[in-house]
Amino acid sequence: MFRDIFNYTLIASTIRLATPLILASTGGLFSERSGVINIALEGMMLAGAFTAAVVTVFTANPWIGLLAAVVAGVLVAGIHGIATINFRADQVVSGTAINILFLGVPALLSGALFASTGATPQLPRDQVLPDLLIFDAQSSPMLASIFNQKPLVYFAVLVVALSVYILKRTRFGLRLRAVGENPEAADTAGVSVRGMRYSGVLISGALAALGGAYLSIGQNSLFTRNMTAGRGFIALAALIFGKWDPIGAMLACILFGFAEAISIRMQGTVDIPNQFIQMIPYILTMVFLAGLIRRATPPKSLGIPYVKE
Amino acid sequence: MRLIRELVFPLIAVFAAFLIGGIIVLLIGDNPIEVYRLMISSAFGLFDALGNFTFDNWGYTLFYATPLIFTGLAVALAFKCGLLNIGAEGQLYIGAFASAWVAITFSSLPGWSLIPLAIFAAIAAGALWGAIPGILKARFGAHEVINTIMLNFIAVGLVSYLTQNHYKTPGDPIMQTVPIADQAQIVRFHGLLSPLGIDFPQRIPLNITFLLALLTAFLVWVFLWRTKWGYEIRAAGASPSAAEYGGISVRTQIVLAMALSGALAGMVGINEVLGYRHRYYHDFSAGYGFAGIAVALLGRNHPLGVVLAAILFGALSRGGLFVDIFTDKVSKDLVQVLQAIIILFVAMEALFRGTFSKFLPAPAKKA
Repeated sequence: MFRDIFNYTLIASTIRLATPLILASTGGLFSERSGVINIALEGMMLAGAFTAAVVTVFTANPWIGLLAAVVAGVLVAGIHGIATINFRADQVVSGTAINILFLGVPALLSGALFASTGATPQLPRDQVLPDLLIFDAQSSPMLASIFNQKPLVYFAVLVVALSVYILKRTRFGLRLRAVGENPEAADTAGVSVRGMRYSGVLISGALAALGGAYLSIGQNSLFTRNMTAGRGFIALAALIFGKWDPIGAMLACILFGFAEAISIRMQGTVDIPNQFIQMIPYILTMVFLAGLIRRATPPKSLGIPYVKE
Repeated sequence: MRLIRELVFPLIAVFAAFLIGGIIVLLIGDNPIEVYRLMISSAFGLFDALGNFTFDNWGYTLFYATPLIFTGLAVALAFKCGLLNIGAEGQLYIGAFASAWVAITFSSLPGWSLIPLAIFAAIAAGALWGAIPGILKARFGAHEVINTIMLNFIAVGLVSYLTQNHYKTPGDPIMQTVPIADQAQIVRFHGLLSPLGIDFPQRIPLNITFLLALLTAFLVWVFLWRTKWGYEIRAAGASPSAAEYGGISVRTQIVLAMALSGALAGMVGINEVLGYRHRYYHDFSAGYGFAGIAVALLGRNHPLGVVLAAILFGALSRGGLFVDIFTDKVSKDLVQVLQAIIILFVAMEALFRGTFSKFLPAPAKKA
C-alpha cells in the first residue's frame, strides 16, 4: 500500500498539480509586490480556463486558446486595476466581486454558446496542449513520466526564474517593489505609482489565466463549472507562505501540489479522510500567518490605495 | 436630505449594473426588457398568470432574502469595527451543521427546549468560528481577510467530513444528514397564518426565521448605536489609536466584533436547517456569505439598508429561476453576474462621487 502511494508517478503528479498554482501564485506576487491585494486570482484563473476552452473549441488550436486566455486574464485584471487603482475601491471587495463575476460569466456564456449548464464541449485528444516528448516512454518509463509534461510546466519554471531576475535585478522590478513598500517615496523619485501598479495587476491576470488554461486545455479537455475549485486561493496561500518571494512561493506551491497528489492517491486506500488532507494548505497558511513558524511580512503599502498629493 | 444622499449612490450602482447586465443579455441574444420584466413580476407580482392572487412571488423573495439579511448584518457589523469578514460563508456552514447536530442528537427533548437549543447552537458555533480570525488578528496581527478565506475552506471540509462519515443515512447518495427531530422544525408562514384564516401555501418555505431576521436587524441597530459596547466597536473601527487613547481595548473589540459577526452568519443555519430542509444538506449555500458583502455594501452597513438590499437580492434569486425557465438563452447565472457588477459599482463610489456629487445636497455639518 505504501508503494501504491509513494512512487515516481507521485512526483509526476505533484508537478502537474503544482503548475497551475505556480503560475497563479507568481502572478499574484507581481500584483501584491506593487501594493495591490489580489484575491481575484480564482476569478482570473476561471476566466482563463473558460476562454481557453471556448476559443479552442472554435479554432481547433490550443495555442490560440492559450493566447486568448492571456488576453482574457489581462482584461479581467484590467477591471481590478480600474476599480482599485483609479477609483480606490477596496481591493478585497473588488477581488471578491471578480470571483463572483467569473462564477457567473462562464455559466451564462456556455449556456448561450453550447446550450449547456456551465461546461464546454469535450475537445478531441489532438486539440489539447500536447506533452513534450523528451524521454521515450518504452525504454525509460520513469523519466518519461516525470519529464514528459505540458510545455506550460517548463514555462512555469521559466516564469519563476525570470521573476527572480526581474524583481531583484531590473529597474522595473526595483520600481515595482518600491511602489509596494513606499509609494510616496517612489512617487517623489519620479516613478509612476499608477503605471507600476497596473503592470503588477495585469501581469497577475495574464499568469493566473495561463494557470487556468492549463487546467482546461492541458490537464483536462473541457471547462467545467467552477473547475478551479479554490486553486486561486491556494495560490494566494502559497504566495503568503512563500513570503511574497518567487522561489518561496514556488516551493509552497510544490508542497501544496504534493499534498493534493497524496490526497488523490489516498482516496479509498488509506483511512485518513480526504477532507483533512485537503485542509493542509489552509491550516499551514493560518499557522504561518500567526507567526508560529516564522514571521510573514507583506509589502508595507499592500491594500492601501495611493492618492497623489 | 441625509436619506437622499444615502440612497442615491446604491440606486445608481444597481441601475448601472442592470444596464450592463442588459447589454450582456442583448449580446447573448435575448430581449433585456423582457428578461427584466419577467424577473420583476416573478419576484414581486401579486397575481399569477391567470390573474389570481398569489403569495408565491413575495413568499419566495422573502425566503431567499432571509439568509442574506443575516450575512449582510454579519459583514456590516464587522465592517463597523474596521474588519472585512469574508468568512461568513464558512461561519454559516458551521452554524447550520451545529444546529442540525443538536436537533438530531437531542431528539428526545421537547420542542420548546430543543428549538431554542438548536438556535443557540447555530449562533454559538458561528460565533466560535468567527472569533478564530478575530483572536488571530488581535493576538498575532494576522490579517482577517486571509484567515477567513482559509477558514471557509476548512469549514466546508470539516462539515463535509462529519456529514459523510458520521451523520448520513447509510446508502444515501446525497451528501446530507439524517433528518432532524420533528419537534425541532420551525413553523412556516403556512402554519402561522392559517389560524387567522389566511391560506399561505405550505409549499413556500418562508418561516418564522424571516421575522427573527428582521428582529435581529433591529437588535443590531440598537446594539451598534444605542449601547456602550456598540459605541466601543464603532470607535475601534473609526480610529483605533483614538479609541485606545480613550481607554478602549481595540484588541478586545476586534475579537468581540468578529465573534458577533460569526454569530449573525451562523444564524443562516436556523432558516436552512430548522425552517427549510429539516436536515443539514451539504453545499446548501448559494454563496450567501459572499452575497452578504454585496448586501452590506449596498445597504451602506446600516441594518435597515441591509434588510432592503437583502430583499433586492432575494428578488434577484427568485427572478433568476424564472429567467432560467422562460427565456431562450439567458440562464439564472445572470443573477450572479448582476450581483458582482453591483458590488464593483458600489465599491467604486469615487466614480460616482466625482460625477454626480455636484447635483447632491452638501453633507450635513456636525454640530
